[in-house]
Amino acid sequence: MAEKKWMPRWFYQLASPRWCYQITGRLLPWFSVAALLLLIGGTVWALAFAPADYQQGNSFRIIYLHVPSAILAQSAYMLMAVAGAIGLIWKMKVADMVLKSAAPIGASMAVLALATGAIWGKPTWGSWWVWDARLTSMLILLFLYLGVMALNSAIENESTAAQASAVLALVGVVNIPIIKYSVEWWNTLHQPATFKLTEKPAMPVEMWLPLLVMVIGFYCFFAVSLMQRLRNEIIWRERRAGWVRELLNKQ
Amino acid sequence: MSFNSFSEFLSMGGHGLYVWLSYGLGAAILVANLVLPKLACNRLWIEQKRRLRREEEVR
Repeated sequence: MAEKKWMPRWFYQLASPRWCYQITGRLLPWFSVAALLLLIGGTVWALAFAPADYQQGNSFRIIYLHVPSAILAQSAYMLMAVAGAIGLIWKMKVADMVLKSAAPIGASMAVLALATGAIWGKPTWGSWWVWDARLTSMLILLFLYLGVMALNSAIENESTAAQASAVLALVGVVNIPIIKYSVEWWNTLHQPATFKLTEKPAMPVEMWLPLLVMVIGFYCFFAVSLMQRLRNEIIWRERRAGWVRELLNKQ
Repeated sequence: MSFNSFSEFLSMGGHGLYVWLSYGLGAAILVANLVLPKLACNRLWIEQKRRLRREEEVR
């Protein structure tokens, strides 16, 4: 009797590094074009065409980098934690590679969110940094990313490194709801969420539409960067496999 | 267009430094996220091809 398969077929295909290498090779150009168009279009729209805020003036335009990078820093973390869980439960090598590849991108997004927040804070709050709940929990997110990266580079054995970083990533998930609700649970300088799934945004459409374009552009960009890193990781770990030899010989 | 002239666009109503600093940093981080994996990719392929050639010579 055949073994019962609990997950859809693509889930099992994802477990094959070779299949992942091929499918990401086909997806990369599409995501690259989408990311390029969305980010350039969104940036021009954000900087030159979106209206200035009636209170904050033009410094408000920083939101078009700040919000997408902050959203992505958290989404990338969730992806990393899910990949970590899959790697721990199903011993899936590709999931380990996704975890390792997502960490530096997520860390750079956390840096961008914190830095643009600080730059925005100066003209708006009069201070680069305050030890406020939202800012502090975001800083912890950056440290979690750095922890995952450090574990991966410090532990020589690949599967031990993957297990250790998966456990850290999963424990750190507790920080994600803290970031999200920090603006509601504590008194904070930080304004509440810009986008909510259940409500209409509090800003006019000319302001939030370019923001939505930037958010989608950042997601596409993340996909591109993640696939690039993942493909490197696949080639490295499968370097003894026959299909990688063939690839290397062909080019 | 929410600006009347290019110099107005650059000054961002007095907040030019903050806005352009943010966008400069954003561009730098995004570009780094593409260039670093690309460089790693080139290095990896060169090294692995060299290893393959070496192994074939030994054989």
